[in-house]
Amino acid sequence: MQTLKIVVTGPFSSGKTEFIQSISEIDVVSTERKISRSAERIKSATTVAMDFGRITIDEDLILYLFGTPGQRRFDFMWEILSEGMLGFIVLVDSTRPETFREARRILDTFRSYSPVPYIVAANKQDMEDAWPAEDLKIVLQVEEGVKVVPCVAVKKDSVKQVLLELLYSILELMDEEE
Amino acid sequence: MALKGRLQDFGITQLLNLINLARKTGTLYVEGQKGEAQLCFREGKLIYAFMDGVEDSLPLLLQRAGKLTSEQAQTIMAHVRGKSDRDVALMLIQAKHIQQQDVSDSVRQHMLNLVYRVFGWNEGSFHFEPSELPVQGKLTTPVALENVIMEGSRRLKEWERLQDELPDLDIALKFADRPTTPLRDINLSVEEWRVISFINPSNTIRQVAQYNNMTEFQIRKIVYSLLQAGLVQIVRPPRPAATPPGSAGEKGQAAQADASAVRRPAVKRSLVHKLIDRIREL
Repeated sequence: MQTLKIVVTGPFSSGKTEFIQSISEIDVVSTERKISRSAERIKSATTVAMDFGRITIDEDLILYLFGTPGQRRFDFMWEILSEGMLGFIVLVDSTRPETFREARRILDTFRSYSPVPYIVAANKQDMEDAWPAEDLKIVLQVEEGVKVVPCVAVKKDSVKQVLLELLYSILELMDEEE
Repeated sequence: MALKGRLQDFGITQLLNLINLARKTGTLYVEGQKGEAQLCFREGKLIYAFMDGVEDSLPLLLQRAGKLTSEQAQTIMAHVRGKSDRDVALMLIQAKHIQQQDVSDSVRQHMLNLVYRVFGWNEGSFHFEPSELPVQGKLTTPVALENVIMEGSRRLKEWERLQDELPDLDIALKFADRPTTPLRDINLSVEEWRVISFINPSNTIRQVAQYNNMTEFQIRKIVYSLLQAGLVQIVRPPRPAATPPGSAGEKGQAAQADASAVRRPAVKRSLVHKLIDRIREL
């Protein structure tokens, strides 16, 4: 049995848990806890350990989706989660510009961990005040050739599209290396 | 008994507030990570300041303020050796080389620049010596502390923001491939031109600052504005090299070579195609 791993990261409350929940065939193993810090009371619970979803590809292959803890004080887990990842997705709440700087930092951090392909998913594109994906590409200083994909994390089709775009990027990198 | 303590516990803003409100007279000695400053106050007003035991002479301050050329400053310094700043100022004003306003403006600016630098110190120690004032002959200019505190706090916030936006000075810059602003429409200051002339992927921002004798605050401010204008781009450090997959000692060697480098899995194209097909089906 072979397992592969994709990491879903992003700032606090960017929609990582919903993203994994939308596509996982198992109930997401998520260790959500009530939030104690007043500054982070945007939602009533946050991921203190990690989200963990699964997609069975065939009887010999399983894809795992790992969501990173959203709060900065758990960032010691990021590198551990990154070990052996196939690629990563940086999920950004397109309606909250105050989190863009943090998203950029997370992107840079993960990028420094491993030379794997990644994409940025501009979440909550169904909201009226969402920043367009192309603007996020500029704001987050995303490298040329890296995709910024519009996304609605609660919709399965949208999540599928994000995962497919990441896999296409992985293929493109393989083509370049050949 | 002199006031003394640690900047971690009682910051510069609080200290200046105290001196202002209590209308204190004396000298505040501040020892931070980046130097030692002495700030002198009379009845709650800042009157004199110097850093690291170096009291710059008046001709030098006037040169920095652009009131004298370098040659003029050197000539004057050679002729007035041993004379106090007050005497030098009188001499220059009487000879109509400068005006009284130039002297007070230059001294005030020098003093403020120095105090604003101290605002950025958040670790170190301080003590206040009551009634200790600059020696006779020094040029003093009273400056109300309310404005200094407000401006210092503003600069501190700006500094923090700049540090946030540009945390690493050991990265390089390059000219934007497609500048958002046409170059012919751009007006740059002398300082910006000095930085622009060193933009090269092989020069780090820190090196550019060193070449130009700029402080971290100055270089951050200029680089930030150039980045915002879309004139330059950050050259990202090269990604860590991919670890050759499959070797038995791969992890240990990679960890030894670079503790932060995370393994990239060895995956065949066919597996990725399998993933794509399965996800399309979902």
